[in-house]
Amino acid sequence: MHREQIETGLLRIFHVLGLLFFFFLVAFPFYWMILASLKPLILLTTDPLNLWPIPGELTMSAYKEIWFQFRFGRYFANSAYVSVLTVLLTVTFATLAAYTTARLRFRGRAFLSRSILVIYMFPAIVIAVPIYAFYTKLGLRNDLHGLLLVYLAQTLPVAIYMLHSYFKTLPPDLEEAGLIDGCSRLGVIWRITVPLSLPAMASVALYTFMIAWNEFLFAFLFLDSPSKFTLSRGIMQIADNIDVSQQLLMAAAVIATVPIIVFFLILERYLVRGLTAGGVKG
Amino acid sequence: MGFRTFSRFGRFRLPRPGTFAHNEQHLAYLLLAPPLVLVFALILFPVLWNLWLAFHKVRLLDLRRVGWWELEATLSNFVRILTHHDFFPALKATLIYTTGGTLLALLMGLTAALIVLDRFRGRGFIRGTLLIPYIAPVVAVAFAWRFILDPRGVLMTGLLGAGILDQPLHLLGQRPWAMVSLIAFEGWRYFPFDFLFILARLQAIPEVLYEAAAVDGATPLQKFFFITLPQLKLVLATLLLLRFMWTFNKFDDVFLVTRGTGGTRVLTIKVYDFLIGELNVGQGAALAMILFAVLGLFLYVFFKWVMPRAEEE
Repeated sequence: MHREQIETGLLRIFHVLGLLFFFFLVAFPFYWMILASLKPLILLTTDPLNLWPIPGELTMSAYKEIWFQFRFGRYFANSAYVSVLTVLLTVTFATLAAYTTARLRFRGRAFLSRSILVIYMFPAIVIAVPIYAFYTKLGLRNDLHGLLLVYLAQTLPVAIYMLHSYFKTLPPDLEEAGLIDGCSRLGVIWRITVPLSLPAMASVALYTFMIAWNEFLFAFLFLDSPSKFTLSRGIMQIADNIDVSQQLLMAAAVIATVPIIVFFLILERYLVRGLTAGGVKG
Repeated sequence: MGFRTFSRFGRFRLPRPGTFAHNEQHLAYLLLAPPLVLVFALILFPVLWNLWLAFHKVRLLDLRRVGWWELEATLSNFVRILTHHDFFPALKATLIYTTGGTLLALLMGLTAALIVLDRFRGRGFIRGTLLIPYIAPVVAVAFAWRFILDPRGVLMTGLLGAGILDQPLHLLGQRPWAMVSLIAFEGWRYFPFDFLFILARLQAIPEVLYEAAAVDGATPLQKFFFITLPQLKLVLATLLLLRFMWTFNKFDDVFLVTRGTGGTRVLTIKVYDFLIGELNVGQGAALAMILFAVLGLFLYVFFKWVMPRAEEE
């Protein structure tokens, strides 16, 4: 009984301390990122330990400069364009393909269901070299649509896997009733399966958006012209420029981070479900 | 593989033309076509072409000028990589980074999951917050870390001011600190992934087990070691293997946080150096093949041993 009390007491302390530790660990870099984007560089370098936001000291000038002079408005639009298209196309193709592997009978079905996950494991750096080479040959390299195709190929396998698992949990009776009443297969998918699967499709959409919006390697390797940069690529560009201050770079980092965090906070429920269903590669 | 097993057991016969089943078959291929084409063109074909490139002396400029057939097959790319004095140090750095990053993320994920498991006020908020490092763009957080860890940054100023250090450490460019920082970043960024899966598993452990243990007079630590941990064994093994595979092939984080300096020049950074630094596509492809072969080994273990067990649960 004595040991029980000691352990319970210690665990309670551990619990509180652990909570504080993890919260601080996770929040601090983001807090610092925002602070550094608002504080003039002089103040940050002369007194790095002054971490309180003092109203008179803070200015939005870095955001204005990065958005207009450094063309981050353009990069933001490019990122949004590629990400939204990736989401729309991935969700559409994956829904149709996952329905097929879950419900229709065709030659090669078992093989396909098994190989989807293997393909998802292929690492980006391995396929980056040959894609770089043949995109250069085809003239697709410095092109947002070339990037879009890569993102689709990267997100489709796991999107199909997630939706496939979800469709398997739906009772087929409703669909069969629809077929008997004269609906075509596509009609059944549109009228019955899709409405029942909206939560699962929302998770797929969110996680696809996350991958496309955050993607770094391919954007960094493939894009050359600033008019085509995504946010990740744009940040790398200004980071290599010695004239760019820490404040500008952090403003750019905040601009890249805010949309994905906002989406996440609004739709957290779905993303959590999506992550655990598919296990986003990273 | 798939359809042969089907026909052997007579479960699948080719449908007659004009029947419902026949039309379904056509529809199936039509609906599968877009993903199949994309995956073939941008994943399978690149892997195969990578194999071809690895066995040829190809530079980026050659790809524009020379026809493929003009190049002769050679093992020289592999020979040069394996005999280069830099290969084994890079392999060692890769293994340290991968093992350290994977274990730290797993340990942090487990700790965080145990902390968040009990109900308390603000639990949902904390759970959401803990996921953010994994959700945010890697470029953004990597640069924030770089500034924080800078010799003139907030961390070093704080440690100097508190008298813990006499002079600032170059946490990103100095051995062994660069590797330590990189592993810390890896743990910070990826523990949410482990956290989510472990938390989901923890919540699925039947309450009866704990009640029975309480009746027998088990202490909290005994409950953890004799009930919780055994229940988590499978999810921990799965996460360990998955994260090990992904970290082994990770390029972004290393490139962004340390740029491969201070003893963190891992193999994926070398692939990049061959490709962009030397424009030597053949050599880059050969090294990528070596990475891929190692991954293949892990994949085999994963799909042969871990997946079937995980699916049983």
